[in-house]
Amino acid sequence: MKLRFAALAAAALAVATPAMAELVFPSLSYRTGPYAPNGIPYADGFADYMTLLNERDGGVGGEKITVPECETAYNTEKGVECYEATKGSGALAYNPLSTGITYQLIPKVTADGISLYTPGYGRTSASNGTVFSNVFNYPANYWDGASVIVKHLLDINGGSLEGKTLALVYHNSAYGKEPIRTLQELSKKHGFAFTEIPVDHPGQEQKSQWLQIRRDKPDFVLMWGWGVMNAVAIQEAVNIRFPMENLIGVWWSGSENDAIPAGDGANGYKAISFHGTGSAYPVYDDMKKYVIDAGKAAGDGSNVGTMLYSRGMYAAMVLTEAARKAQELSGVSAINAAQMRDGMEALDLTEARLAELGLPNFAQPIQASCADHGGPGSAVVFQWDAATKDWNAITDYIVSDADVIDPLIVEDSAAFAAENNIPARCN
Amino acid sequence: MFYREAGDFKTSYRDDSQTFPIWFDRWRYYAVLAVAFGVVPFLINDYWANAVFVPFLIYAIAAIGLNILVGYCGQVSLGTGGFMAVGAYACYKLMTSFPEVSMLIHVLLAGGITAGVGVLFGLPSLRIKGFYLAVATLAAQFFLVWLFNKVPWFYNYSASGQISAPERTFLGHFITGANTTASAKYLFCLVILVILAWFARNLTRGSVGRKWMAIRDMDIAAEIIGVNPLTTKLSAFAVSSFFVGVAGALFFSVYLGAVEVGEVFGIQKSFLILFMIIIGGLGSIFGSFAGAAFLVLLPVLLKNVLVGQLGWATDIAAHLELMIVGALIVIFLIAEPHGMAQLWRLAKEKLRLWPFPH
Repeated sequence: MKLRFAALAAAALAVATPAMAELVFPSLSYRTGPYAPNGIPYADGFADYMTLLNERDGGVGGEKITVPECETAYNTEKGVECYEATKGSGALAYNPLSTGITYQLIPKVTADGISLYTPGYGRTSASNGTVFSNVFNYPANYWDGASVIVKHLLDINGGSLEGKTLALVYHNSAYGKEPIRTLQELSKKHGFAFTEIPVDHPGQEQKSQWLQIRRDKPDFVLMWGWGVMNAVAIQEAVNIRFPMENLIGVWWSGSENDAIPAGDGANGYKAISFHGTGSAYPVYDDMKKYVIDAGKAAGDGSNVGTMLYSRGMYAAMVLTEAARKAQELSGVSAINAAQMRDGMEALDLTEARLAELGLPNFAQPIQASCADHGGPGSAVVFQWDAATKDWNAITDYIVSDADVIDPLIVEDSAAFAAENNIPARCN
Repeated sequence: MFYREAGDFKTSYRDDSQTFPIWFDRWRYYAVLAVAFGVVPFLINDYWANAVFVPFLIYAIAAIGLNILVGYCGQVSLGTGGFMAVGAYACYKLMTSFPEVSMLIHVLLAGGITAGVGVLFGLPSLRIKGFYLAVATLAAQFFLVWLFNKVPWFYNYSASGQISAPERTFLGHFITGANTTASAKYLFCLVILVILAWFARNLTRGSVGRKWMAIRDMDIAAEIIGVNPLTTKLSAFAVSSFFVGVAGALFFSVYLGAVEVGEVFGIQKSFLILFMIIIGGLGSIFGSFAGAAFLVLLPVLLKNVLVGQLGWATDIAAHLELMIVGALIVIFLIAEPHGMAQLWRLAKEKLRLWPFPH
């Protein structure tokens, strides 16, 4: 029985391996499980943008793109399986959309020479390229997010948070715990009180947490949630009549799927993002023509133009731009993983290039370097309009407080380097 | 024809009471060991190691451990995930505190620490049993996960609360970290599994195992014939937790490399391992292997067939996989309530007479 199983699985594997000559960007997505409401739009955006490039331009630099999809269900064991199953196919870069899987893949991709792209998630200190050679998290990370939210609060409170109370409602995992250290530093700097309120996986039950908020009456509540936890938290905030404009989510807590279930009550809820949203960008004309109307859209096509769809598209856009850069640097179109990594490190994404791609003012320019894998670290605050079901930008790009974050990044990455004996690069 | 006792004469008590008294069985066992040690390490690649063999070997250790407690001693436990977490965090603390010590010692010490914790949480078993004990061990599960999330000392005050395995060696070979070869990972887990399974098998054949089974079958009667419930129950908890702790340590350090306690060692892990031994067969070492193989390998196989070979959408395949595995569990348990070990036993009975059943 074992033998027959081995033969079957080996045959299955052999068939699954695509041709080597293409640009392979595996998508470790999750369309099932408690995180699916957020995983689906992201995976759709990622796949649709790649399909658009294939259909319209014939790929990048004449090389077709393939996106083998592998279901992780946000589960680290399946994530490992997916990584091992796809890495032999000539994979250039991974984008697992899970902080837990990212932590596992950091040493693996470094040993295998593949790039790991984690926009706005993963290990924050990976933005220090001198320690993390193969990990890139531009344009912003969790600590930037925390700082941007606090800066926004400073702006609307006349420059001072003295005597105010901030509570953080977070997913009790590596992802949710990431901003705590920064918020503690910021609370010292700006003199606000800071309380932590953890929510355990998957976060469908938050009565006690919001009871605590109703009792303690914090001035502002920050949220680091994901999956069903977001929608439940917003609904609970509505239930205790918490003023919605004082509830601010990080970019992973600000999708349409999170806010719509709470109905009109969610009006005024705020969330930050490091890119624009909506389907008004010129790229959607081509997207409609080549992908959606041609019946090649991923998923059921209902997520086009939403916040997380835009983010998936953003990740695909950055990766393909880096591949283009890599082709330019190496002079070959069929780049390998090492050349892709060099391209990621040399990425120069300008506003002019974004406009050319049909995404004017969609995101901030990125100028990566050997030491800087973290990007500009800026984000916009969006506010939810429940009547029109739209996210409206209410600020310009706010840049994070580098004075607080940079020393923390150096400290955390130095600890990682010491633990794993990694010599400093980029000297 | 092949599988028979006829003509296989035993001339000593030692021969008569060996683990595999039938010639064919014994040689099949040696053949499996020879393939596992002599062939697989040379053929294995990263995918087969990380997606198939290493998880199977580690889950088998955990399943044997739980089977000792539930199958042999009759003490229902839902705390397996929590005890695996103890093993993982103990291993992490040892690895980071004593980097120069061999990995094997860390893993065994982590098992020892888990055994101590297991005995502590086994104390209620002296007063309560059945469902009530299940609830008490459930409390252990939630308490331990909460503890490892709450106290930063356990994760060395890292920003994310995640523990990551640094590179550590055994006899000069990398066992943990990204530079570990597939065969080193596999062999390390295999050696530990073979030793532990051999130990468990012989333990259950000896006086300790007989005491466990006496307690399982009827505790009052066992007490009357002189079995001490205190030492018997607690020894079952200690041995079981040792196995589970070793499995947890390997799961974290060799298999995953980075662990988040709530996600990896949550209640669903306890249930998964309980399902393994129920499907495999309670009170059977072979059943632990069969159950672990069923629940680890089948999803991977289904995924490869549905997505890799048939090219279906990943979400449909993932949903179908749940349905197929669920349906198979129900079908198996209806066909044979005592698990796959019993199916195997019946198959052997039939094989003895084959091809002349009458």
